[in-house]
Amino acid sequence: MNSLALLAAEGEVASATGITAYAWLLVLLPLAGAGLLLLGGKATNAWGHLLATALSWASFVVGLLVLLAMVGRGHEERAAHVGGWNFIPAGQFQLETGLLVDQLSIAFVLLITFVGSLIHVYSIGYMAHDPNRRKFFAYLNLFVASMLLLVLADSYLLLFVGWEGVGLASYLLIGFWNHNPAYATAANKAFFVNRVGDVGMSIAIMLMFATFGSVDFATVHAGAAEAGSTTMTVLGLLLLVGACAKSAQFPLQSWLGDAMAGPTPVSALIHAATMVTAGVYLVVRSHSIFDAAPNAQLAVAIVGAITLLYGAIVGCAKDDIKKALAASTMSQIGYMMLAAGLGPVGYAFAIFHLITHGFFKAGMFLGAGSVMHGMKDRVDMRGFGGLSGFMKITWVTFGLGWLAILGVPPFSGFWSKDKIIEAAFIGEGWRPWVFGGIAMIGAGITAFYMSRLFFMTFHGKKRWVDEHEDAERGVHPHESPLTMTVPMMVLAVGSGLLGLVLSWGGMFTHWLEPVVGAHGEEHPVLAVPVIMALTLLLVAGGAAYAWMLYWRDEVAVVAPRGSLVTQAARADLYQDAINEGLFMRPGTHLTRALVFTDGKGVDGVAGSLAAMIGGASSRLRRVQTGYARSYALTMLTGVVAVLGALWVMN
Amino acid sequence: MSFPLLTVMMVVPLVGAAVVWLLPAGSSRLARPIALATSLVTLVLALLAWARFDTGSSAGRYQLTETHSWIPQFGVSYALGVDGIALSLIVMAAILTPVCLLAAWNDLEGDRDDDGSGRREKTYFALMLVLLTFMVGVFAARDVFLFYVFFEAMLIPVYFLIGLFGGPRRQYAAVKFILFSLVGGLIMLVAVIALYFHGPGGEQGFLYEALEGNVTGSTATQRWLFLGFFIAFAIKAPMWPVHTWLPDAASEARPATAVLLVGVLDKVGTFGMLRFCLGFFPEASKWATPVVITLAVISVIYGALLAIGSRDIMRLIAFTSISHFGFIVMGIFAMTSTAGAGSALYMVNHGFSTAGLFLIAGFLVARHGSQRIADYGGWQRVTPVLAGTFLVAGLSSLALPGLSSYVSEFLVLAGTFQRYEWAAAIGTIGIVLAALYILLTYQRVFTGPRPTFAEAAEPRDLGLREKLVVAPIIASFLLLGFFPKPVLDLVNPAVSKTLELVGVTDPAPTNASGSAQ
Repeated sequence: MNSLALLAAEGEVASATGITAYAWLLVLLPLAGAGLLLLGGKATNAWGHLLATALSWASFVVGLLVLLAMVGRGHEERAAHVGGWNFIPAGQFQLETGLLVDQLSIAFVLLITFVGSLIHVYSIGYMAHDPNRRKFFAYLNLFVASMLLLVLADSYLLLFVGWEGVGLASYLLIGFWNHNPAYATAANKAFFVNRVGDVGMSIAIMLMFATFGSVDFATVHAGAAEAGSTTMTVLGLLLLVGACAKSAQFPLQSWLGDAMAGPTPVSALIHAATMVTAGVYLVVRSHSIFDAAPNAQLAVAIVGAITLLYGAIVGCAKDDIKKALAASTMSQIGYMMLAAGLGPVGYAFAIFHLITHGFFKAGMFLGAGSVMHGMKDRVDMRGFGGLSGFMKITWVTFGLGWLAILGVPPFSGFWSKDKIIEAAFIGEGWRPWVFGGIAMIGAGITAFYMSRLFFMTFHGKKRWVDEHEDAERGVHPHESPLTMTVPMMVLAVGSGLLGLVLSWGGMFTHWLEPVVGAHGEEHPVLAVPVIMALTLLLVAGGAAYAWMLYWRDEVAVVAPRGSLVTQAARADLYQDAINEGLFMRPGTHLTRALVFTDGKGVDGVAGSLAAMIGGASSRLRRVQTGYARSYALTMLTGVVAVLGALWVMN
Repeated sequence: MSFPLLTVMMVVPLVGAAVVWLLPAGSSRLARPIALATSLVTLVLALLAWARFDTGSSAGRYQLTETHSWIPQFGVSYALGVDGIALSLIVMAAILTPVCLLAAWNDLEGDRDDDGSGRREKTYFALMLVLLTFMVGVFAARDVFLFYVFFEAMLIPVYFLIGLFGGPRRQYAAVKFILFSLVGGLIMLVAVIALYFHGPGGEQGFLYEALEGNVTGSTATQRWLFLGFFIAFAIKAPMWPVHTWLPDAASEARPATAVLLVGVLDKVGTFGMLRFCLGFFPEASKWATPVVITLAVISVIYGALLAIGSRDIMRLIAFTSISHFGFIVMGIFAMTSTAGAGSALYMVNHGFSTAGLFLIAGFLVARHGSQRIADYGGWQRVTPVLAGTFLVAGLSSLALPGLSSYVSEFLVLAGTFQRYEWAAAIGTIGIVLAALYILLTYQRVFTGPRPTFAEAAEPRDLGLREKLVVAPIIASFLLLGFFPKPVLDLVNPAVSKTLELVGVTDPAPTNASGSAQ
């Protein structure tokens, strides 16, 4: 009975006291920033970005104080509930807002506010010359506020408010430079795909209401175990649809690559570190539902396994540095989904990897931004090479992220990803072999494509022309200003050490135990040292292969045609062609046909009726000049008729 | 005898209209301020009515009542009174009218038909005030016959507003509007007459409370009566397949007229379904529910698809409303307290979100002189505030959580899901389509490279007057998005009373309080 949901249902989650009672500040501070900057208009141009950054840090400080207060309480008394207001009292549906400050949500709060604030700082430099800088920071603040609401909400409906809030911020920021039509399309695509997920989420919330009479976590989770496995399976699958869209998981992954249209800090914060991991949060938060629905849980694991390979394969063929990183994000979230789909053995590791990934991937995205900053916003890695000497800080910080994602000990990714691979090997029958095998092979491919990216950018021969030689096409690579490099350095420290620190004595998994539940000691089908050794061997092999192709050998400036597999991967395994053929084209034809028939068919029937009466009225018109008079007359006749009829009857 | 607040709310705009209409030729420039002032006085009265309305459980259903014998031989009374749903719609109409008057402030500048006497301007603003009187009347009526009179009378100012002041195809649109309404009105008229004979009769036989639960007659008769009212309301609402008058009327009307037409007048249809169809003919309503829910779902999807295919921005907005009315009707006929409250709230929220879309699109059209979406592009770089406010109104229309429409749409769907899982699930597809019609439009009109204009023709961003129009609308999105309680408190008792009349109770949660199955 150590699951928080059960405790909450029995009213045992204490009301917040002390600093925790002010947890709404976490959301309200950045929200106030967004409001001020958007309503304040040009008057806030000069200092708006500083205010937004300060408010984001303020939110982090509040989060830190809440954490300290939480640490001070006993293991089982850490979760606290903060009341809000009477949100929706509508007949049978009654909902109050409230925040659930527990071990899971506070971990997210710190990730979001810390990485988020660093990226605010980075953006001060990155967006210094953008005429719409104020709006950019307003949207960033809006994002932080919404994301915090998402993870702190105590009900599925309030979570959904945050869920859509981050979607809106993502839409606005992907389309931030929407004077470029392709970027505007990318923003729409992200929103549309996410709306498909929202259908799943919305129906899930309706089903919760119909089943439990309420949509707050406490009630739903408390009833999940007894509600019948069919309902719970449906519920789990619906939630999974929502999670797939938000976290760019197969088959709703197609928007993430295009989302790289947004300014790079956005890609780092929203499309790598935080928002795209919301699906993983949703699954872990709803673990009571998935625990009661083994089939839905299996679906989560399958989706994760497919996506981790899908993203890794796509990542191998991308020459655009940001799109390669995006594919990698997809793949890494696939690992988290897989872990979440493994059940109690995986929940904590899913979140652990989510946190370390938040640091090293954000760091690498910021590094990519720094490279672009020094390379006239170019993104094609075939035009990079040998940049390590020109951007030392970027190179080192990126390098730490690279080592972390490869899972090289003792860097962060090793501690979290290796645990997921081990957990994937736990179980009976075919599952451990399939899931474990995929996770392990994925690690090898990851090592290949991330090394490819790292070597193509920073090592090998330079494949760009210096500005002195060619002012037009030439570039002048240089290190970025301190506002950009300092956040990169901080994140690099996290990439290096965070995994080690958090896994010290199982600290982080132990911390999450009251939320996700403890699980007994289970052993993988292979011995742990064997798994570890095999994984490292694959990683070394992948990296070595990349070294041969992209460091030792010459890299072609123009991409070679490549094998069929390469071509498919470069085209994102034809995801867009499939979506277009299945949905867009038939949809366009359908709307066109309906527009045509609405004017002809439906209106024709109604119209001929109208013509009949119209013909009569047009005769009246000659007498009375004007339809209104004829109408008034008709009405008068009508009234007289009524009264006459009533009189006769009486 | 208490102060006849509702009557005064109807008299004030009528007097204002008369004053505006009778202004001497030299002082016609006073028409607009007088009209605005009159509508603001009406708004104050409406807020006063809200303040005096008792939402307590012990309070009576119809409040602020006034009853005078009118034609006692036929059971007709001049009877007024509101429940929470009627009151919330009156308050919405009273807020939207001054907003629309302000939006229409310069509508007749550079008017081709203007003869310099200012007569057209006076007519225009006077007609809007007359319309306000009838809008209050139709919701405040407590007598079926009085309701019918207002229901028909409303059409006259709208007819003139479209026919005299509309776009190039205004005659066609106005006639189509009046003909559809006429058909509905006549069908309803027959039902009204028949209703009297199947009611309790007597000197006050047309009073709502006299009829509620007291309509007699065979099952077949009740069904016929139900149909008489339902068809009239379905045309008014409008529902598929009798919706085709709306896109023409809304796109030919001035934006302010379109707002009052779609945002307020059409609500009489859904309001009538709730009050008359469910209230007077409970058995027939249950009988018709499968068909009505089906038509509602079709309206949701069909309206949205047509909106996606629309090339004219005003027609597009009209089609979005057909989709939204589908949701409202679905919620009414789902007959659960949640869906019912959702529908009532939806009627208010839709009024504001559609006002936002029509008026802001109107500001855009006023700058460029075209309603064709393809004639725009990149306007975010030219008029950023206009673009931003349109986006917010659009997001409200697509029911983004945090904005008002979401709460009502969710309640409708959740309440419907309790009884008709598939209808709600299919209706939910509407949220994907809504994103398409709003964001594709935003993309086509506002994003892309900055358009070039001749030096002098560079459009300006929203001015102060236009910002004052938009501000209350956006405020309502946020306020009712995060705190819909004031409106829900109003409508909840009325919804539960209606469900009581129908004789249905909410389905219990299938797994209430964790009981094992």
